[in-house]
Amino acid sequence: MTLPDANYPDDLLYHDQHDWARLEGDDHAVFGITWYAQDSLGEVVFYDPPEVGGTVDKDATYAEVESVKAVSDVIAPMSGEIVEVNDALEDTPEKVNEDPYGEGWLVKVRLTAPEEAGALLDAGEYRKLLENA
Amino acid sequence: MDLRRTPLYEQHVELGGKLVDFAGWEMPVQYEGIKEEHSAVRTHAGMFDVSHMGEVEVEGPGALAFLQRVLSNDVGKVEVGGAQYSCLCNEEGGVLDDLFAYRLGGDRYLIVTNSANHVADLGWLGRWSRDFDVAVRDVADRYAMLAVQGPHARVIVSRTLGIELPPRMRVTTARVGGRPALVCGTGYTGEDGVELLIDPEVAPAIWAELLDAGVVPCGLGARDTLRLEACFHLHGNDLTPDHNPIEAGLGWCCAEGTGFLGSEAIARARRDGTAEKLVPFRIDGAGIPRQGNPVLAAGEAAGTVTSGTFSPSLEVGIGMAYVRADLAEPGTAVEIDVRGKRRPARIASKPLYRKAR
Repeated sequence: MTLPDANYPDDLLYHDQHDWARLEGDDHAVFGITWYAQDSLGEVVFYDPPEVGGTVDKDATYAEVESVKAVSDVIAPMSGEIVEVNDALEDTPEKVNEDPYGEGWLVKVRLTAPEEAGALLDAGEYRKLLENA
Repeated sequence: MDLRRTPLYEQHVELGGKLVDFAGWEMPVQYEGIKEEHSAVRTHAGMFDVSHMGEVEVEGPGALAFLQRVLSNDVGKVEVGGAQYSCLCNEEGGVLDDLFAYRLGGDRYLIVTNSANHVADLGWLGRWSRDFDVAVRDVADRYAMLAVQGPHARVIVSRTLGIELPPRMRVTTARVGGRPALVCGTGYTGEDGVELLIDPEVAPAIWAELLDAGVVPCGLGARDTLRLEACFHLHGNDLTPDHNPIEAGLGWCCAEGTGFLGSEAIARARRDGTAEKLVPFRIDGAGIPRQGNPVLAAGEAAGTVTSGTFSPSLEVGIGMAYVRADLAEPGTAVEIDVRGKRRPARIASKPLYRKAR
């Protein structure tokens, strides 16, 4: 498996627990985990998606991803209602490693507090956080 | 506390190994990825730096009598050049460590300890050695240890290092990197292979030679998935002082007739049976069991997972658990409570993974 090098796209917002959000329209967002998160975890072998219709709360766990070695909680960068989950990861969980910002997305959410975006980091700030970690 | 480093630390860093604290040692958990490394050992050859493991030399006219006293197996059956697996038990039959003893000479043995237990083992062995004409020496600093495992491991090691290899469960002396070394026909992966005890000074050069010969560097992550598929115990997980070898399914390495420490308790456990037994299991469907997960039978608590992982060979969650003895039969349906989700599972027979012949 060849993994992409560290990268943090400029069009995403970042949570300091290594989760990203891609805003879509006024009140939707897609969530996933960052390159750093998947690299720390190692090869993802299992993703247990939450239920569509469930709610996610900013800074709270909404799902788990597991590597061979460990399980990791996934933190919601913003609050909302889950409108879609990435079912394809059931068969191809390695997409979280191979394409963390694309095919490795985890959930799509209808935001209940879009203003929470203001509290998230931009790519530059997130990179700085990693450098100082 | 500063972490200890093996003679191969620089090599691990150079290869991009992900280093973690393992029993006070800074060890690589993986390089490229656990699945790839696991697969390299199942199909080709992989090597593990296991220099964190401890070595203890036991020498003297009373060596055999002493080892019969402290080790569970019948050490008297081991010829010079032989190897034998044993438990080190306390008086109650609880397992303090599990280890290989190699007979290097008439009255000279080498014991390889688990790194987390090395210091405690030394204390225990030292204490019980006083009644015997024997010297117990910590020789851990004399050796770097490399496990080279996989279907092609022996051929590559033999050709690359220009040495003759012992058969399985035997040990020979050899010169590796121009220095005296021990070559052991043992391993912890369920594959053929050898374990090399070599001079720490030549370890980096030997590592490089094997790397050039195509042996894949493997971390402790793959070591754990490989040993669990083969149903080899890990002390601290599957073996603890709170369980005896009979419960752990290790009655085969206990010879109570020798009168070893703990043998009375173990003989009782063998005769009367035990309330719990250590069994392998596999999950039916999704979910990865982890150490500490409760085992349920008919909705009731019935045991605890001691080791759990995702099996790269079987592509399913596997593990070992102490369960109520009446559930230990292979095929028995149970559930594993994986962080609140009940995952159906089935007790399996050993090993969990067997090569297609």
